Amino acid sequence: MSDLVLSAALPGLTCVMAMLTAAVPVTFAIGARLTFASSFVLCAAGAVIDLTALIGGAFPASITLPLGLAGQSTVLSLDGVSAVFLLLVLLSGAAASLAARDDHGHPMATAAALPGFIAAMMLTLLAADAFALVAGFEAMSLASFILVVTNHRDDSVQAAGRLYIGMAAWSGLCLIAAVALLAPHGAGFAAMRAAPPEIWRASVILALALLGPGSKAGLVPLHIWLPAAHASAPAPVSALMSGAMTKVALYVLIRLVFDLAGPAQPSWWGVPFIMLGAMSAVLGALRANMETDIKTILACSTIENVGLITVGLGIALAARGADVPPLAGLAMGAALLHVLAHGGFKTLMFLAAGAVQYGAGSRALQRLGGLIHRMPITAGVMLLAAASLAGLPPSAGFASEWMLFQSVLGAVRLGGLAFQVMACVLAALMALATALAAAAAVRLIGVVLLGRPRSPGAAEAHEAGPPLRWAMLLGGLGVVLVGLFPGIVLSLTRAATSTLVHTTMSDRAGLFGITTASEAPGYAPLFILALLVGAALLIGTIMRARAVQGHRAAPLWGCGFDASPEWQPHGDPLAQYGGSSFAQPLRRVLGHSLLAARESVDMPSPGETRAAQLSISLQDPTQTFLFSPVGTVREFLSGLTDRLHFLPVRQVLTLMAAVLIGLLLYIAVVEQL
Amino acid sequence: MEHIGFGALSYDFAHLLGGVMLLLSFALLSQRRIAATIDTYALQALTLSIAACWQGYVQNEPSLYLTGAIAFAAKAVIIPLMLRRIVRRLHLSATMEPALGIFASMALGVALVALSIMVVLPTTIQAQALTREDLALALSVVLLGLLMMITRRTAFTQVIGFMSLENGLILAAVGVAGMPLVVELSVAVLVLVGVVVFRIFLRRMNVQFHSLDTAHFDRVGSTHR
Repeated sequence: MSDLVLSAALPGLTCVMAMLTAAVPVTFAIGARLTFASSFVLCAAGAVIDLTALIGGAFPASITLPLGLAGQSTVLSLDGVSAVFLLLVLLSGAAASLAARDDHGHPMATAAALPGFIAAMMLTLLAADAFALVAGFEAMSLASFILVVTNHRDDSVQAAGRLYIGMAAWSGLCLIAAVALLAPHGAGFAAMRAAPPEIWRASVILALALLGPGSKAGLVPLHIWLPAAHASAPAPVSALMSGAMTKVALYVLIRLVFDLAGPAQPSWWGVPFIMLGAMSAVLGALRANMETDIKTILACSTIENVGLITVGLGIALAARGADVPPLAGLAMGAALLHVLAHGGFKTLMFLAAGAVQYGAGSRALQRLGGLIHRMPITAGVMLLAAASLAGLPPSAGFASEWMLFQSVLGAVRLGGLAFQVMACVLAALMALATALAAAAAVRLIGVVLLGRPRSPGAAEAHEAGPPLRWAMLLGGLGVVLVGLFPGIVLSLTRAATSTLVHTTMSDRAGLFGITTASEAPGYAPLFILALLVGAALLIGTIMRARAVQGHRAAPLWGCGFDASPEWQPHGDPLAQYGGSSFAQPLRRVLGHSLLAARESVDMPSPGETRAAQLSISLQDPTQTFLFSPVGTVREFLSGLTDRLHFLPVRQVLTLMAAVLIGLLLYIAVVEQL
Repeated sequence: MEHIGFGALSYDFAHLLGGVMLLLSFALLSQRRIAATIDTYALQALTLSIAACWQGYVQNEPSLYLTGAIAFAAKAVIIPLMLRRIVRRLHLSATMEPALGIFASMALGVALVALSIMVVLPTTIQAQALTREDLALALSVVLLGLLMMITRRTAFTQVIGFMSLENGLILAAVGVAGMPLVVELSVAVLVLVGVVVFRIFLRRMNVQFHSLDTAHFDRVGSTHR
């Protein structure tokens, strides 16, 4: 590959970004459908350029633009880390743009904000100075806020939008503070790297990075905006937010902590990552089992997966600090592979959820069912993505989670007894999280795709339109490729891994599989696939051979209910085993303590004719332990102020006199000392 | 100008006048009868006007004579006359009940005087001795006026407390050389206007509630919640 092509990569990507930005005002002239089409073409072209750069490996490249703050220019640069994340953003953006062409009456605001959103994410990834980074991050928040409140006439959407913009402002503030602490000698990344912060300043930066960009990524404890915002946005936007935006936030976290804070950070820096990651993973997966809105379920699963990635980052950080390069490379590779895998399958999952929402007219589990018959393509794609979500081999999700578990098991070597105990607890928590995620995937598939339709809309569901279908099929192809050739994908992250942890996985990742050490046995997805196919064929043959020939009709067992009425020959479909029923055991075992899940039965007294009602309430621990107390304090303070406003005349006078005398007393005491 | 300090006539006489004003403040604080309260206030204003004239003589500043004259005319004559008319017009009872006991308010007053001395003397070490003592006395008068405002129930005595507080402010102002005349004039006019407003206000209040107890306002305020 010629050097010319490689040197043109960054200018090419900058052009793509500029044209996506230009699409924002042009939308109102050319219309929504053409905007989505051009956004798709631009994203696809950008992805090809970025892939070329990743394969060619000409890093780092940088250009200086004569834009930005007065008297300063903006520096953009492309290195291995940003190229990996850029690939995800562009592919996810292409899929979302294509899917958005499936017209469901998106307002023009959505059409205008979507390319701007993608461009803002690109700016965040390409930024090589503090101003561009913050500008990109804030533009990303703003554009996604506009997209989240697309259906702003709905009250729940408004509430979600308010929470989202509040949390976005919070994470922006934390990011600005962290960047300001990093940049005493200049705002360029090069100047920051040249003067890494000393340990106390660095620790504050670590905390700010985890609270700011971490909250944007969906890390506990500030993940609370994520399920509401993802459920409120139109499906292509949720796909982009969950698949790409949370990863861009992780990129900022990685950039700040791994790169700009300097390479000589202590081993314990990994511990907060590991703890928050494990908490996010368990909480997200558990909530995914409890929620009843399919997009909320997927959003909670995003929290879980961001947690898993963060655990990988934590182990990489700890291993880098303890100077164990093979483990650092493995954990970093696992994290980056999971970034790509999750970005792919979650984009796919949200697109499929959108197809279900538009095709069957609802996102609520209790109104769906049996869609596999009426929406075969959507159902197939959903099954594929759900296999990744559940971490089944040989899916994309399994490869990265396998590597992640290998690095968790390896992390036992990193520290003393305390660290070893933590690693063991971590392994148990991650096993719990992935098992819960698998249960959530089974519940989602079982309730949405299988069984009988629970509403007329689901019974009359129609398949997605051609653009959305193509977006899902192309995305599905990508996810299958990532699953079958994780070694190839890992080799794309070579430059990123060597930038961040100064080692690579290149000796352990190949065409046929990945290993944890150069001579150790590893994971070969193609062989696993062959084994699975072989086993399935064998079982199929045996079953066919041993099956009883012919069949006979028999009356249905009514599960103890009366005979069904004629218009419902199979009974009321709502009496089927549903989402809430599936969740009940987990809710009673884990949800009671972790999610404050409560069940209450409203039983009519004898003689009343109304129906009995079982209601379930859940509350996120962040709401219980953080937001509610903060709200209580705020209420208390405003109540106090209110009382001040309505004090009796003499008390107002007394208060003023007391303040005056207090100040005089202060002066007197200070003068005596 | 002669030396200013203990033993110098200018210092001693200014000190004496300030002390008389403080004493009258205590008298105001302990007074229960309305007529006597107004008389005490007029006496305090008279003392203030003498103090202003004395300062005019000591500082050789003719404008302070004008200040003294205004204080005498407005506060020692016109305002007390108006206050007596209000008492007659509104048929106020001759005595009034303080919200805080006399002994407690006197004790608080002594504490406030001690506080103002402890604040003023250390913070004004560079200033002239005359200014320092005068400022301490003036601050005491201000604080006692404030105390009177919060220990009395009726709006009428609160008004008198406020004007006694204002006397303290003028005392502080005349003690410091170089206070522009226009400021004093405007303060004096302001107080006069304030008294007129208070008069109208008190009359409306009496018509509305048949009382001058400010506790009536609390009930009005609470309806806005």
